[in-house]
Amino acid sequence: MKNSHMKKIGIIIALFFITVLSFFISVGKGSYDIGFNQIIKAIFIENDTMSHQIIWNIRVPRTLVAGLVGVCLSLSGVILQGVMRNPLAAPNIIGVSSGAGFAAYIIMIIFPQYYYLVPMGAFVGALSASLLIYIVAWKNGANSARLILAGVAISSILGAGINSLMTLFPDRVAETMSFMVGGLSAKTWVDFDALWPYALLGIILSFLFPKKLNILMLGDEIATGLGINVEKTRLMFIVFASLLASSAVSIVGLLGFVGLIVPHIARLIIGSDYKYLFPATALLGATIVMLCDTIARLIFDPVEIPVGIVMSLLGAPFFLYLLRERKSMK
Amino acid sequence: MTILKAEDITVKYDDKEVVKKVSIDIAKGEIVSIIGPNGSGKSTILKVLSRYLKPAEGKILLEEKDIHKMKTKQVARKIAVLPQIRNVSSDITVETLVSYGRYPYLKFDNRLKTEDYEIIEWAITKTGMSDMKDRMIETLSGGEQQRAWIAMALAQKPKILILDEPTTFLDISYQLEVLELIKEMNEKLGITIIMVLHDINQAIRFSHKIYTIKDGRVYKSGNAKKLINQELLRNVFRIEADIVEDNSNQCLYYLPQKVVASKNED
Repeated sequence: MKNSHMKKIGIIIALFFITVLSFFISVGKGSYDIGFNQIIKAIFIENDTMSHQIIWNIRVPRTLVAGLVGVCLSLSGVILQGVMRNPLAAPNIIGVSSGAGFAAYIIMIIFPQYYYLVPMGAFVGALSASLLIYIVAWKNGANSARLILAGVAISSILGAGINSLMTLFPDRVAETMSFMVGGLSAKTWVDFDALWPYALLGIILSFLFPKKLNILMLGDEIATGLGINVEKTRLMFIVFASLLASSAVSIVGLLGFVGLIVPHIARLIIGSDYKYLFPATALLGATIVMLCDTIARLIFDPVEIPVGIVMSLLGAPFFLYLLRERKSMK
Repeated sequence: MTILKAEDITVKYDDKEVVKKVSIDIAKGEIVSIIGPNGSGKSTILKVLSRYLKPAEGKILLEEKDIHKMKTKQVARKIAVLPQIRNVSSDITVETLVSYGRYPYLKFDNRLKTEDYEIIEWAITKTGMSDMKDRMIETLSGGEQQRAWIAMALAQKPKILILDEPTTFLDISYQLEVLELIKEMNEKLGITIIMVLHDINQAIRFSHKIYTIKDGRVYKSGNAKKLINQELLRNVFRIEADIVEDNSNQCLYYLPQKVVASKNED
């Protein structure tokens, strides 16, 4: 037991260094390459050079937003997979994506003059949709199969709403593309400031409650027997997960895939004990979104593609590879 | 002395009453088995006793206090529950699983103290799992898994242990092993046992008291060694049976002969 503990701590430390490394790669690479020394200089010493401008006002906030979005979405996913005991659970299952999408589309298409309200609208939409799903699924308690099915149904209703809007206002669809697939272009310190409190909350929670989730994983009856108030705890976790995902989605759009795939990669690497799984998931989430965003900027330079596309094109095959190679660990 | 009591409990699923005005009295230090055919409501009764389900009517009293008015962690220090449905991640070890038994005792910082580790060790030893404590649960045989779960329950240091069909899906040797372990915990540690058993003969042999359930009601209850007779088997389980004496265990033993044609009750 001691041995495996040290090994897992080792993995987490390694992941931490990989995350830091990814940060520097993401900040340094772009249409204008900047070396490591220069990055450090630009951040801490200079304040009126060209590299300082690029790094401090464009690359650093964008990379930090990418990292935080990764942390929020993947923590949200790992929490949901735990409380629902379902490997397919992800932020979009509890209506976060469809709720945020629907609200954002109403603003973007019908009230384009209020475009600046999109993040707030998406946030409210995401939270309301997950709350609605929870209420619909409630019947002497919210069992996870019912939650997931209610989520699919409500999402499909909201999806129909989004599609109707797109059909009725075809001329305005182009502007909504980047929200639809999730993009990080032109993210600044303002976005960072809107996001970090949620990410911090997520990180604090993940240090406080790993044991509760571990026990909830054993089954509702066992958890009750061990003195956990299952319904209350599950609702609490769903609210956390929804807050985390909503905050991310409201800023970068529908990047839901991260929340599904990162927790699984983390599980394959470090196992299912939430004590280790939480930090590993947060670090991996940050790393993967930062790296994918770097690729999204570079691959068709000077045109940049939305990070969501890179994520799906690279992330999914990599995930399938892991799934087959590490079958023994499930 | 009564330790756990169900007073006139009624349970409804939607509008259907599956348990009707059932009263059960569990004396401290006894092994009590609940038996009955499929769908009779015996597992539901167990879920109410363990506070997992809240009855529509009636009360559950744990040491004379309403169980639903107590803090759930406080109850978990007195009652340990092993239901039939439970999940376990593929990479969890026996020792980790057993450590979850200490959850009801953890303070706000959620850390296990030296005393907790001693109790975990003790529970593992008591259930004979010492050699296997670093093994993953999934790699164990059915009987060993059941012992690991019992060790977790034991780490709760409960006064009462509630088990739902602890021997189902096990080979006969493991069934006996598990029942012997339960009996030993009752005799040596004084833990009161309440369980649903499928096998009537095992219920007779291993319990002090039996409750028979039919259509959501208690049909009859009493001393395990005397309660079962041909009439009860006919009325509750719809079988004709011979009843013989098991001399080595000094209890009765029934041999099923044939099914009684069901009376058209609906």
